[in-house]
Amino acid sequence: MPKVNTLNFNTDWQYAEAPESSDHVQLESRYGHFINGKFVAPANGRYFKTINPANEAKLADIASGSAADVDKAVRAAKKGYKTWSRTPAKERAKYVYRIARMLQERSREFAVIESMDGGKPIRESKNIDIPLAAAHFFYYAGWADKLDYAFPNRRASSIGVAGQIIPWNFPLLMAAWKIAPAIATGNTVVLKPAETTPLTALMLAKVIQESGLPDGVVNIITGAGKTGSAIVNHPGIQKIAFTGSTEVGKIIQKAIAGTNKRYTLELGGKAANIIFEDAAIDQAVEGIINGIFFNQGHVCCAGSRLFIQESVADLVIRKLKDRMETLIVGDPLDKNTDIGAINSKDQLDKIKYYLKIGVNEGAEMYQPSCRIPQKGYWCRPTLFLNCAQSHRIVQEEIFGPVLAVQTFRTVDEGIEKANNTPYGLSGGVWTDKGSKIFKVSSKLRAGVIWANTYNKFDPSSPFGGYKESGMGREGGLHGLMPYLELN
Amino acid sequence: MAVKTRKTRQSKPIPSHFPNIDQVGIEERVARLNSRSIKKDSKVKALKLALSMIDLTTLEGKDTEGKVRQLCYKALHLHDSLPKLPHVAAVCVYNSMVGIAKETLAGSDIKVASVATAFPSGMSTLKVKLQETKFAIGQGADEVDMVISRGKFLAGEYNYVTDEIAAIKEACGKVHLKVILETGELNTLDNVRKASDLAIFAGADFIKTSTGKIQPAATMPVTLVMLEAIRDHYYLTGKKIGMKPAGGISKAKQAIQYLVMVKETLGNAWLNNNLFRFGASSLANDIIMQIIKQETGRYHSKDYISID
Repeated sequence: MPKVNTLNFNTDWQYAEAPESSDHVQLESRYGHFINGKFVAPANGRYFKTINPANEAKLADIASGSAADVDKAVRAAKKGYKTWSRTPAKERAKYVYRIARMLQERSREFAVIESMDGGKPIRESKNIDIPLAAAHFFYYAGWADKLDYAFPNRRASSIGVAGQIIPWNFPLLMAAWKIAPAIATGNTVVLKPAETTPLTALMLAKVIQESGLPDGVVNIITGAGKTGSAIVNHPGIQKIAFTGSTEVGKIIQKAIAGTNKRYTLELGGKAANIIFEDAAIDQAVEGIINGIFFNQGHVCCAGSRLFIQESVADLVIRKLKDRMETLIVGDPLDKNTDIGAINSKDQLDKIKYYLKIGVNEGAEMYQPSCRIPQKGYWCRPTLFLNCAQSHRIVQEEIFGPVLAVQTFRTVDEGIEKANNTPYGLSGGVWTDKGSKIFKVSSKLRAGVIWANTYNKFDPSSPFGGYKESGMGREGGLHGLMPYLELN
Repeated sequence: MAVKTRKTRQSKPIPSHFPNIDQVGIEERVARLNSRSIKKDSKVKALKLALSMIDLTTLEGKDTEGKVRQLCYKALHLHDSLPKLPHVAAVCVYNSMVGIAKETLAGSDIKVASVATAFPSGMSTLKVKLQETKFAIGQGADEVDMVISRGKFLAGEYNYVTDEIAAIKEACGKVHLKVILETGELNTLDNVRKASDLAIFAGADFIKTSTGKIQPAATMPVTLVMLEAIRDHYYLTGKKIGMKPAGGISKAKQAIQYLVMVKETLGNAWLNNNLFRFGASSLANDIIMQIIKQETGRYHSKDYISID
């Protein structure tokens, strides 16, 4: 029997299904690589399938990239570089602006395909992924002919061919983060999208084709880890930009050690959200929910650790549980869905593995009562209470909708525990006191700190990590530097 | 009278700590709630639910007995050509009209709510306010909608405000008391939260946003703050306080957005007219128009729906 003062969110009045229409979406049955302005078949003739993680249905066959394909793409990029790097900056900017506008025009189609291929709720792909991707192209188009102002009294020149490898959590947005600054500054690129989410990058290739961008400036090769490795090790590439796991980041660092390749690495995270007793509690709870359950927790800067000051811990936990009861898990294309499908079976297995670890470590697991679909890859939003700093679920990145909760007594204890991690990508501070925001955020060792909000992104703001969360910054003025030789 | 209430105050000091409210966070949450897409059956159900929660209101200096009778008749017969339509929860009138309303609604379960306590300004003495409250109850009012003394509240005289509400509540006895905070005059969401906590502490059965005479009247951010105050009180005591946004809610779409907010903040127990009301005069007809649209696929001209 429920307690007297338990809220019941299983209401008599329920929301009906509200699916976003996907009639306007036309997918081809098979996609080749995009090399030198054309879609071409893979050299070895091999394809792999990409599926919809919400129902396991096949969406298309995707070319499997071999070393020969990569070599062909790098040659095309090298050839393209000869003219692109000498194209006047304001002419380059025109193309980049055009790509941005075309993304906006086709935003609905991009959003639906992003949700079908990756499993993320349409609410997010429509409101966040696609608009932000367009915003990155707009932003870097603006810098193209203003580098003298960005770096006064220095001469900025492009560096050559950039090899770019991106993850599956924000497929189009990560492609935009990588391509926009590179081509705006006069470089050419060979980009590899993740093998589970190649579709929007290939649609972007079509947009690029239609934009009239000269052949070879952007080349897109699809494939898995081996294809990525061929890009990293290709001698014709001057710079590697990678976003993904810390594990692969380390492999890349080893592979390019001793070469003169530059690199930026955007790696894992285990961000701490710290709620102080003077915070606006209800709004903090909302921020924690968005911090960890945004994109099913497949976010490198997800607020996956929560530290609550002990005097408000019971209240915050109770409110978190009630809020979780109202989260809608299900069809990514339904406009009311809050949490979509886990991106792949591999990732779901990894999350399940950590759930087991958490339970075995003695943490108290809480999941709301929501129903989840039979087919596809799903995970209920999860809290682990009574966690210890030594638990693996506190130390390791899970990359799923799993929040590890701990309490603290003093401000210093909160800061010390938050910093006690090999990662340092992001963090959140929740307090009503402005002075505390400055004191705490200046002591947190992480690249991005949000105060009384979380997961806010803007192309003008640099993003990147401390410690094992990566090297270099993307976004903002800082995001130009990895693509420029400054003299 | 005031002495008596002060005695109860002494045993339990008024709240001295009020939760902080972050306006930006509230507005983001409201925007997120407003993005819920309510379609088909779910929409029809919500529209009918909203109809059953309306306090059909007329609060004008030019109100006549005839107008109040018509309003009561409308309350009983919203749109008889549509079968299975619920009737509204209550009619809300000035205390001089309570007798007429009671008489017209006799035999139905529609409640009569009376505004009191020098509505809408509240600028009078406690003695006069108590007299007015007793008069309304004597006339047969089932519910009393009082206003708080905003001047005293803004001056920080929380004891005065709380005692006044407690005194009116005592005069009400079993009659339901709705406490109007007039949030349009409170300026900040922090103040809205404070006034909500004080009213609940003093014995309000419902807290209500506005008189309808001051702009802005009900808004979604203000209502969310008040719902969160109700939730915190429920967590602590298990007691359910009702909520009534009033003024400025004239469209069916807005009403559904409010219901979404109630559903996701307080859940099932509040999704009925015992704990949630809309104070509105023209909302009912817009809802009826939407229900007709759902059934026939077409919008009626307004001329097919009686204005009162």
